[in-house]
Amino acid sequence: MAVVRDEQVSVRSEDEVVRVRQLAREWAISLGFGLVDQTKIVTAASELARNTVIYGGGGTVRLQAMNDGARRGLRLTFEDQGPGIADLQLALKDGYSTGTGLGLGLSGAKRLMSEFEIDSTPGQGTRVAVTRWK
Amino acid sequence: MGRYLLVTIQVDMHDRLAMALQDDLMEQIRRHKAEGVLIDISALDLVDSFIGRMLGNIAAMARILDADTVVTGMRPAVAITLVELGLSLTGVRTALNVERGMELLETAREERETGDGRSQG
Repeated sequence: MAVVRDEQVSVRSEDEVVRVRQLAREWAISLGFGLVDQTKIVTAASELARNTVIYGGGGTVRLQAMNDGARRGLRLTFEDQGPGIADLQLALKDGYSTGTGLGLGLSGAKRLMSEFEIDSTPGQGTRVAVTRWK
Repeated sequence: MGRYLLVTIQVDMHDRLAMALQDDLMEQIRRHKAEGVLIDISALDLVDSFIGRMLGNIAAMARILDADTVVTGMRPAVAITLVELGLSLTGVRTALNVERGMELLETAREERETGDGRSQG
């Protein structure tokens, strides 16, 4: 598996969440994703970027264009140094939220993408990586 | 025709802007004594859980202020994504385009004026 393009940007404010959505859209288009896939990627990016700002206290997202044989994909990795998630299983449940949201961010993003990984250490931060393959 | 508010969302909204729209709309319903609100989202290429929640809130709040709400013009890719995300927009009426949306508001208003159309007589 090869990374053919790589970029990291900060996700610290609502305006930067919008910027992440726009970047994810540009990358998805340049990788040749269709309209429905683009929309899924951008929506997942929006949910995860918002989590990074609201729950993680801000962080970064890394965008990577992937080549895996004939397959091409887009990976987004969100990282923060926030309080972390105490109970990952609970956090991934539909409708569960410690904030004021609908509790669909993590579980929804997982459904919208092909691959989903999450690591979180209480007191140290959270890392969520999602990939959509074409 | 009744008094309706027509809102078209043309920009990629950050969360504060979405909240401001929600508050502003409630104030406008009161000021104009609106009987219905039509929100056209045909220009939006994404509805995430935050914007979805805002649409649901607007419909619920407007109902309490005695106004109907209809959301029009949702793009198919957005609808597909929204359902996969897990958001079904319960309680939000939708229509294919502005014209159909206006028809829906008119029908809702007529039903209201005739007292639901059933309890009369």
